[in-house]
Formats: sequence, structure tokens, C-alpha cells
Amino acid sequence: MDDLHATALYDLHVSLGAKMVPFAGYSMPVQYPLGVMKEHLHCRAAAGLFDVSHMGQVILSGASWEAVALAFETLVPMDVLGLEDGRQRYGFFTNDAGGIEDDLMFARRGDDLFVVVNAACKEADIARMRAGLAPDVTVTELADRALIALQGPKAADVVAEMDPRAAEMAFMDIADLDLGGIAVWASRSGYTGEDGFEISVPASQAEALAQALLAKDEVAPIGLGARDSLRLEAGLCLYGNDIDAGTTPVEGALNWAIQKVRRSGGARAGGFPGASIILDQLASGVGRKRVGLLPQGRAPMREGVVLFDAAEAGREVGVVTSGSFGPTVAGPVAMGYVSKDASSVGTSLWGEVRGKRLPLTVAKLPFVAANFKR
Amino acid sequence: MKFTEEHEWLREEDGEMVVGITIHAAEQLGDVVFVELPDEGTTVSKDDEVVVIESVKAASDILAPVDGEITEVNSTLTDNPGMVNDDPQGEAWMFKMKISDASQMDDFMDEAAYQKFIG
Repeated sequence: MDDLHATALYDLHVSLGAKMVPFAGYSMPVQYPLGVMKEHLHCRAAAGLFDVSHMGQVILSGASWEAVALAFETLVPMDVLGLEDGRQRYGFFTNDAGGIEDDLMFARRGDDLFVVVNAACKEADIARMRAGLAPDVTVTELADRALIALQGPKAADVVAEMDPRAAEMAFMDIADLDLGGIAVWASRSGYTGEDGFEISVPASQAEALAQALLAKDEVAPIGLGARDSLRLEAGLCLYGNDIDAGTTPVEGALNWAIQKVRRSGGARAGGFPGASIILDQLASGVGRKRVGLLPQGRAPMREGVVLFDAAEAGREVGVVTSGSFGPTVAGPVAMGYVSKDASSVGTSLWGEVRGKRLPLTVAKLPFVAANFKR
Repeated sequence: MKFTEEHEWLREEDGEMVVGITIHAAEQLGDVVFVELPDEGTTVSKDDEVVVIESVKAASDILAPVDGEITEVNSTLTDNPGMVNDDPQGEAWMFKMKISDASQMDDFMDEAAYQKFIG
């Protein structure tokens, strides 16, 4: 692992028997001895601990909340200014063509904005923020903090046992908690469709926190393999697969993430990269759309499988961008892009797998109902 | 039982070869969720892709270990692919074949050699 970074939990992963793989420049656990399937099911039944320390954590600060929020709104099509203290939102950076440069979570902590970005994009994201926000806003990467996610129906009980204030938090709240003497920032959010927390902790205390959480019977460590099947069942996008610089938020079916105030007719309409294209697409629609796809047989249809509107000949109508076996669904699940006329739920399509066309159906996302604490 | 460098095992039974994947291979694959078997009666050459195994994360091909004809497939694996993890060297055999050139078996390893091979 010469050129790979290690997270603060590297030694812990190895001691837990994890199979380590290179991921976005880091050596990360893809699975533990439990295996992908059981890790996935454990997370949906109890609680799973994920090391997501490879992700980028950034603080934006300036003269006032208003200054920081309005500056950030020049990079993202979200309502940042309207975010209340202690609240978090999903968002994405856009480019001049309306494409998505990265997706992210941002939270208000007093007058600061706390931004969490994807590992593979973090250097570009930080450069983008420095270039776009300076000199009024200071961009600070929190390289000395780790990020641990605890996800699943038992996650709230586990965290609330350590700090009862956790029980009071609603979905997408962020708060300072004291977890066994360790001061953390915890948000009630995640990437699994389950209730849970994403916990930012000083790197020097990350292993102690992880050990304390893993000591609870309900908690098992979960690798990247199950993280992917969990997020896919939850209908959540993987940046680089399901959305990228060549897909717009409207094509990606992420319209819900663009608040009214930034749309045409809103008080702060536009003013972000690609605004004219994205606002136009919001009004007039797009030619292709991200949809859920449910293969009818047992064979998984993975990234790159080409979709047709007939079992033989016919027309190419799209492509799978993420596909795997869904342990909770107990069958294959996928998502991908299809042309607008093939995007209604229930549409029958065929995917070409190893030279054979196999049937699948356009399906509603998520595949597994979200279990958030509203 | 003989073993190949492709992590398959072959066991002679009633003049035919029963073929499956090794415990080591099953462990490496992880949770198997899909098995696609060849048609019975197919004539195959050594190294033809005859079986597709998909785990949660990836698809893998199983190659024909020798030339011959597929005489029977273990169709219970289609409905119960997890058997490949539970009993890869027993119940979860994949197919039986009539081999055309017995000398192709000469290079295969016995169990001790295979254990050494996988380290």
C-alpha cells in the first residue's frame, strides 16, 4: 500500500480481520469476516459501523452566516441561507454545462458551514471552494478529523445510551455530543436508508470511539461492499456512477434537492454554475432520466449493461449505472438512465447480459423504504 | 479428488468427472447470489467459460478444466446459489462431464499440492 493513505481506523480494520482494498486513494475495508451479505442484513436489523474518514470534511467561515451562505450559494443550487443553525442538507456542486461535479452534505454550525464531500473529489472540491469563495470566506480542510457512520434501527439507542441528547435529534439535525468523554459533531443522517448518525471526531480519538461503539452487542463493523448494496437499495446515488460531470440534477432525478428559492421565480433564482441549463430543464424536462430498475430473473445487472425496449432487435433506450444483488430485497436491484419515453414505473425493458437479453422493469426508488426519524 | 490452478476440483464418479469450485475459491468469491449453468449435452473445450458465478459484488467465470461433454448440471444451485458457500466441495458440485482426453488430468494437483499452491 505504498501510495495509499490510511484512515485513523486502519489498524482497527486490520485487527478486525477486514479485507482491505484501495479506494479513492485510501486503503479501506471492503468487508469483514461476516461477509457482505450478513453485514448488509445486520445493518438493516441492528446497527452497523462504517469508517468514512476518507471523505473530505471542510469548514467554511466568514464575517457572518449570511456572508458564508450567500457565497456558497454561488457554487450550489441549494437554499443555503435558509438553513437553520444545527440543520443539514444534501447538495451538489454544478458546472457550467449543468453537470454535477460532486455531491455533498452541508450543515450550519453557528455562523460556519460544515461541508462533507466525496473522497475521490475532495481535492478538486477544495480547490473549487478556494477559487470561488476567497477572500471573503476561509476554506479549512479538517484533515485531523475522522468520520464514523453508525447506521441502522438500533443506532439511535446505542448513541443515546452514551449521550441522551441524541434521542432528541431529528433527521438531518447536527449537534455537539459527548460520547464517552469524546466531543463529537453528530448529524442524524447517512447513506443506507436507515436511521443513524454520521459522527465527526478528532482523528486521535476515532479508534477509542469506534471501539466503544463496537463494544455494544448491536453494533458490527460494515465494509464498503455492504455500504454499496445498502445505498443502492435506498436509491441513493454513487457519485461517478449514477451522477457525474456529464449528468444534470434533473436527469439525475435530484430535482427535490433544489429548493424553490433558487428556481425560476424564487427570491434567489439562479446564480450557480449551469443555472440557465438546469432551470430550463426544471421547467421543460429532459430527454433521459435516472430510474430504478428491477431485473426479473436472479442475474444481477451491473454497471454498463445496455438496455433495450424489446427482447430482440428494438431500440437502445439506456444503460445501467449501478447494479448488484440487494440482500434485503433478496434479488438483483439496479439503477440507470433511460430515455424519457421508457422512464415510467412499470415499463418493461431488456438488459443485455453476456450476450443475452434479460427482462427488467422500471421501478420506484427506493427499493427498501427509508427508516428515517422525521 | 484433483485440483486445478483455476481453483476447481474434479472427482471421478461412475466413469465421469464431477466438477466444482474449491473451498478457497468460494471464500474468495464471498456470498454467491447467482449461478448460471451450461446446457446438458454441450461439448466444451478446456478453458471454455462454462459457468458464471456472481457474488454480491462481482461476476466470475468458471472454465472447463478439460475437453469433453457436459452430461449433467446441478440445477439446485440455480435456486439456491448460497450452497456454493455452504458446501463447495460437496453438495454444491456444478456439473458432470465425460472427458475426451484423460491425459489432460495429468497436470492437476492432489489435495496436498493444492493446499501448498494456495499457501
